[in-house]
Amino acid sequence: MANTFHIVVCASTVPDPLQTLEPVTGASGPGLKNEMMLPAVLDPWAASALYEAANLAAAHPGSKLYLVSLGPKAKTQQVMMTVAQKVPFELVAVDGPLGGFTDAHSTALALAETIAAIPGLDREHMLLFGGWESASRGAGATMQIVGERLGITDQFQGVDQIKVNDDGSFEILERIEGGRHQVSVCVGAPAVLGWATGSLPEPRNSPQVGMANMRGIMPALQKAKSVKLDANGLSYVSVSLPKQQRVTRVVRDVPDDEIAREIVQWIAE
Amino acid sequence: MSEVNMELQQEVERQQMEVDIACVGFGPAMGGFLTTLTREMAAHPEDPALESKAVPGMPLQVLCYERADDIASGVSGVVTAGKAIRASFPAIAEAGIPMMVPVTQEKIVYLLDPIGASRRSTILRVGDTVLRSLLGPLRVEHDAFELPYTPGFLEKHGGMVMSIGQFNQWVGAELMTSGLAQVWPGTPVSTALFDGKSVKGVRLADQGVDKAGNPEAGLMAGMDVRAALTVVGDGPVGAVGQSITRNFGMPNGNAQHEWAVGMKMVVELPEDTPLEAGTVWHTFGFPEPEIFGFLYVHPDRLASVGIFVPSWLGNPGRTSYRYLQHFMQHPYLWRNLNGGTMRSWGAKSLAESGANGEPFLAGDGYARIGEGSGSTNMLTGSGVDEAWATGVQLAEGVVELLRAGKAFTQANLEASYVRRRRESPVERGAQAAKEARNGFHQGIVRGLIGMGLAGLTNGKLSLRAKIPAAYKQIGGLKKFYSRLKPGQLEAAKQQAASGARPLHDALMNACGWPEIAYDGKLLVTQQDALLMGGKVQAAAGFADHVIFRDHALCAACEERTCIAMCSGQAITQGDSTVPAFDREKCIHCGACLWNCTQSADGEHSNIEFRAGAGGLHSAEN
Repeated sequence: MANTFHIVVCASTVPDPLQTLEPVTGASGPGLKNEMMLPAVLDPWAASALYEAANLAAAHPGSKLYLVSLGPKAKTQQVMMTVAQKVPFELVAVDGPLGGFTDAHSTALALAETIAAIPGLDREHMLLFGGWESASRGAGATMQIVGERLGITDQFQGVDQIKVNDDGSFEILERIEGGRHQVSVCVGAPAVLGWATGSLPEPRNSPQVGMANMRGIMPALQKAKSVKLDANGLSYVSVSLPKQQRVTRVVRDVPDDEIAREIVQWIAE
Repeated sequence: MSEVNMELQQEVERQQMEVDIACVGFGPAMGGFLTTLTREMAAHPEDPALESKAVPGMPLQVLCYERADDIASGVSGVVTAGKAIRASFPAIAEAGIPMMVPVTQEKIVYLLDPIGASRRSTILRVGDTVLRSLLGPLRVEHDAFELPYTPGFLEKHGGMVMSIGQFNQWVGAELMTSGLAQVWPGTPVSTALFDGKSVKGVRLADQGVDKAGNPEAGLMAGMDVRAALTVVGDGPVGAVGQSITRNFGMPNGNAQHEWAVGMKMVVELPEDTPLEAGTVWHTFGFPEPEIFGFLYVHPDRLASVGIFVPSWLGNPGRTSYRYLQHFMQHPYLWRNLNGGTMRSWGAKSLAESGANGEPFLAGDGYARIGEGSGSTNMLTGSGVDEAWATGVQLAEGVVELLRAGKAFTQANLEASYVRRRRESPVERGAQAAKEARNGFHQGIVRGLIGMGLAGLTNGKLSLRAKIPAAYKQIGGLKKFYSRLKPGQLEAAKQQAASGARPLHDALMNACGWPEIAYDGKLLVTQQDALLMGGKVQAAAGFADHVIFRDHALCAACEERTCIAMCSGQAITQGDSTVPAFDREKCIHCGACLWNCTQSADGEHSNIEFRAGAGGLHSAEN
């Protein structure tokens, strides 16, 4: 049992970042224009965590992988048609609001309560995975709070790698300043790992995996508990999205070095 | 010959799966099919006829495979009468689908040539001169002549402007909420599974192969999905539809010879735009007389602007992208677009043969719906609603057969689905439109006369024509560019050979088209459009889907129309005698399939368009 894990990945849906996203302020606060109608994807940070978790579970037979997803049920279902083809997992769905501007404490409370209620979950051998950051819940605090509510004190953020030792301890690479990693050794589960990008590529779509997952996904969606997240008195002064900077200049017969120099100069500006 | 494998040459073990209905391609036709079928399943959950035979005790197992990475990733502003769609969704106007708005005003506009580069016949030039001399309400303004009325057959009043991407997104969400159909994006299907004269399901594309289709580490041979019924809705260039046509041929006298590329942008109009949501403009006459254009205004100052470049524009140097930029800069449009910003961009091939391109609609184990089944009405210029209707008709036919305990044989599908289609407005419209575009192969004036004749007599009168295969419609360089001065053609070819400028670009300059003054917002390079208007998704591990069949024919080809008309500049001159193909730029418009002047068999071009994953994921659907 020492080297088997119950890995819980917290991963919600977010609007497809390839779409044109436009912040608007509605009656209930800030949001994205037509957010419910925008195509959605699994939060890219959390998706990295999912692929790492699947890799870890596959390397340690007997491990289990749960995907806990909070968001509108219809959106979760649609996103699952793609995600389910990637890696095998068991979905635990929570029917809640769109993720854009919800309070991290309320979100973490809902996730922690859901995780604690997963039947058969071995919390002694639990690894709680999620995105270090989020394309949606940008406070960057959610995973830490979920871990605290579940009483997990060993927490690592900005993780790029986990290597499990024979004795059940594991070595973790965390990102730190200057493009370097901090190496930590944890004696074993339970632990929280907020993933950066990891090192695994996005798995190929596997229809076989998709069909196997789908047997559990539909019942999970039907059983999804509905939650209402409390705003906790939060108010937003302003909301903005990163702006793409783009300058086009058509040139001919310019040496590569000169083009490179111009690009560096443009970035510096 | 090409060394790319259609399928793995070696024997590999393929996983098998049994379902009841396997569907290919999620577009309006499949939306209509799945919506109608799942509603019936939801309304009658205890009906034993709607129980799965593949997985006893479960509802019908209905799976749909879509090659794109999402079900709503294409840019696609349309105007549609929407009668069949509204029959399915009577309250669609209140559904809050973004970019949808009722048509409020409609105009047909003849665009004159303000530049003098357009290839106009003498008769057209005389006509232009006459138009410019008109006074009063019929006078030419902004180099355009607004037709005083819109012929009834072109009217979309009572219809709606919408985005197919947004519509598909909404339909898909509704469907998946039902839990009664699975739609799997990012899953290309390579071919139908054949057993003699029957179709027995589909084979998913192989993964873990190199560009040429040879196995690599991590090979995952495409699964065989066996089904009692295969529903083919993968459009005019879809691999499954092509495989069925290849195997079973076409009905006597039918052929898919006429095509067009529809290329469009979603533009955010300037803040002070006077254009109201629901405005619809149809244009013709510019940038070339044969190119039709449009502007549809959505809510929130968004507009879809685009052109259709048809196969009967015989120009071997035709290039949708540059023509689109000249179109947008026509004074009639530019006064409204100048200061706007491109939000999204995309293109697709359109099957323009209508009923003349209709394949066998049903056979043992399969049925075809939507655009690839010849449902587009070429007279009214509409296809979305017709495609939806064919999906609904098939679903009704399928339910009828299931309840009667009848198998999905050709005879039974003919008596259920095809009968419904033949008795419907889709068929009546298709027959009226069947010969409507015949005249265009002899020139735009003759084409407009033919279209008017067919439109005003509901198809009773039309011009006769024998339409050649698409590859034969492309003229030779010397013939088409005979108006150039001596040496200009050779100079353009030398520029192309040296890599300084693509041939079509050099030829357009030689014809007098001005260089595009890029503004970084609306007028951008083709590669910028590819990056700003969306992102090409090209998952690793799939073989190239664009294949140059006979390399010797490519080497002998002078026109290289495939390069000119490639919407994403994915096909380029390359370093060898065969054009180079870059899958990571391919937006899956399928234009290369019919923009090739070479043919080994006298019917098909030298380019094959196979199953591939991904394509353009537009920034605004």
